[in-house]
Amino acid sequence: MLRRLHSIQPEAFVFSNKNKAWAKEQVKKFPKGREASAIIPLLWRAQEQEGWLSRPAIEYVADFLGMNYIRALEVATFYFMYHLKPVGSVAHIQVCGTTSCMICGSENLMDICKESISPEQNTLSEDGKFSWEEVECLGACSNAPMIQIGKDYYEDLNTESFQTIIETFRSGKIPRPGSQTGRYSSEPLKGLTSLKDHESNKNQFNASVQLSESFGDTVKRINPNKIKNTVVDKK
Amino acid sequence: MLLDKDRIFTNIYGMHDRSLKGAMARGHWDETKKIIQKGRESIISIMKESGLRGRGGAGFPTGLKWSFMPKESDGRPSYLVVNADESEPGTCKDREILRHDPHTLIEGCLISSFAMNANVCYIYIRGEYVREREVLQAAIDECYDAKLLGRNAAGSDFDFDLYLHHGAGAYICGEETALLESLEGRKGMPRMKPPFPAGAGLYGCPTTVNNVESIAVVPTVLRRGAEWFKGFGRPNNHGTKLFAISGHVNHPCVVEEAMSITFEELIDKHCGGVRGGWKNLKAVIPGGSSVPCLPGDLMHKDAIMDFDWLRENQSGLGTAAVIVMDNSTDIIKAIWRLSKFYKHESCGQCTPCREGTGWMMRVMDRLVSGDAEVHEIDMLLDVTKQVEGHTICALGDAAAWPIQGLIRHFRHEIEERIGSKISRDTSAFAAG
Repeated sequence: MLRRLHSIQPEAFVFSNKNKAWAKEQVKKFPKGREASAIIPLLWRAQEQEGWLSRPAIEYVADFLGMNYIRALEVATFYFMYHLKPVGSVAHIQVCGTTSCMICGSENLMDICKESISPEQNTLSEDGKFSWEEVECLGACSNAPMIQIGKDYYEDLNTESFQTIIETFRSGKIPRPGSQTGRYSSEPLKGLTSLKDHESNKNQFNASVQLSESFGDTVKRINPNKIKNTVVDKK
Repeated sequence: MLLDKDRIFTNIYGMHDRSLKGAMARGHWDETKKIIQKGRESIISIMKESGLRGRGGAGFPTGLKWSFMPKESDGRPSYLVVNADESEPGTCKDREILRHDPHTLIEGCLISSFAMNANVCYIYIRGEYVREREVLQAAIDECYDAKLLGRNAAGSDFDFDLYLHHGAGAYICGEETALLESLEGRKGMPRMKPPFPAGAGLYGCPTTVNNVESIAVVPTVLRRGAEWFKGFGRPNNHGTKLFAISGHVNHPCVVEEAMSITFEELIDKHCGGVRGGWKNLKAVIPGGSSVPCLPGDLMHKDAIMDFDWLRENQSGLGTAAVIVMDNSTDIIKAIWRLSKFYKHESCGQCTPCREGTGWMMRVMDRLVSGDAEVHEIDMLLDVTKQVEGHTICALGDAAAWPIQGLIRHFRHEIEERIGSKISRDTSAFAAG
């Protein structure tokens, strides 16, 4: 699949001090001379900082790791989680469309995206706050259909609960991730068939939802980019 | 039915204490030092004896795989790499280990790495699992603090570092050599084999790549013995297994069961049966998207969920990700969606796969709408055979098999759709 850099690029990119310190730690995981191994997490952190992955960010990370630009560009365009153009300022909604989710109704969710966000995927809504795309299997198939927004999975959806999630984001709040039908994690909805001993004294949330609740960073960016955009390629 | 006392993943739903303390209370990290003191040869031979077959899809015997690693270092370090890039459509079992029972995996990493003389292990988790990554990292940090990892890990005199690394959304990185490429900071394009990773893997050093579940069961197998593990399942298909059931059952779930459980028992006991009853069952993909689908009546009557039965019936256990489809399903479209998936995920390195996946998807497009000629079904089948076996990695095979399964079992449905489309067009023409 052809993936190109965006026509409008910011002038520059630098890691925030905190992110730079974090990046230096990441590189230490790998043997000397193998710093390039850290590129995927570093590009990801750049995207978390900026909201999307710009050319200056890719080149900055390449310089950081002592790599040729083309090697970093190859990685940025190969992996689908890198957004090569800006996404919705509030939320980018990734709807899993692969078979398990499809047969459980993900197409209805995408119809809602088309109506309430934008008819085309990977396109900003009119107010610039939302964008959406169909993604391949996100690996939560027993909780189908499901979506990812930022760091979190919203599972066991139907059209009503999905609409509520979008509306909640629109109102500036973060809806609680995880199952939307009251399941704890991936156990059978109508009651446990195994491992019943600890049901009564369980934590309020499963591990993923627990982190989301304690950090509250579902869609939070790290030091949003304030550098003004310049048009580098008007084609 | 498997009893709780025989379950390896005793916190798979995360309802018990998820911390290190909780894991210890459930028996993990119990005298890990003593297990390590059994020695490398002994650990590998117990794993061989247990009959554990890799849980990532291919089902290769884990102990045997380990024995390919060099006994003595030639100066190069050895590595264990854990494949947590769970992306096979239908598969969501490793996620539950990673977020709810991470200590089974971490302890498994230490013991397995020791057995292969690897002082460093990398866990490669898929990028989308952000929370799971955070949970796992916290669990790893806990183990470092408790001196279960690091220098003299768990008091065993063995120095061991465990690092968590992640991908960024590429299914192909679940292929072991693509994963190594990705871990080295490149595009995830599979390598030619040989050399196999045990000879030259990560950074050109001896490497073993194992699935999360394969590694996570290791400590319990060693604690309870090969005989205990062998007590479950038919010969050549031993142990317990996490099944992930999705689609049209009343209560989809992830559950650990004994290997060789019948399909009927699995669905009735844990999933509340098929939606609309057993008569409503149309088809099942029994092992993740890459294995051919099987018709509902065969699955209901006879199916035994293990490697051998499913292979004998021209499918496979794969990752034990069971996708159940009832009579409301458009089976042609369901398989078309998998073709779309493989087209999207082909890395583009080998021509038969790069071109073939797109070509197959486009023909499938037309089979879904019925806009095709009947002879094109055989042409499509022929193309799947030309892709299969002609690529560096198994993605080409994985793209071909679902279509082959569809044509094998549901050809009549494709023909009917083409037929009704033709008669519809003709009557429209006559009316016009």
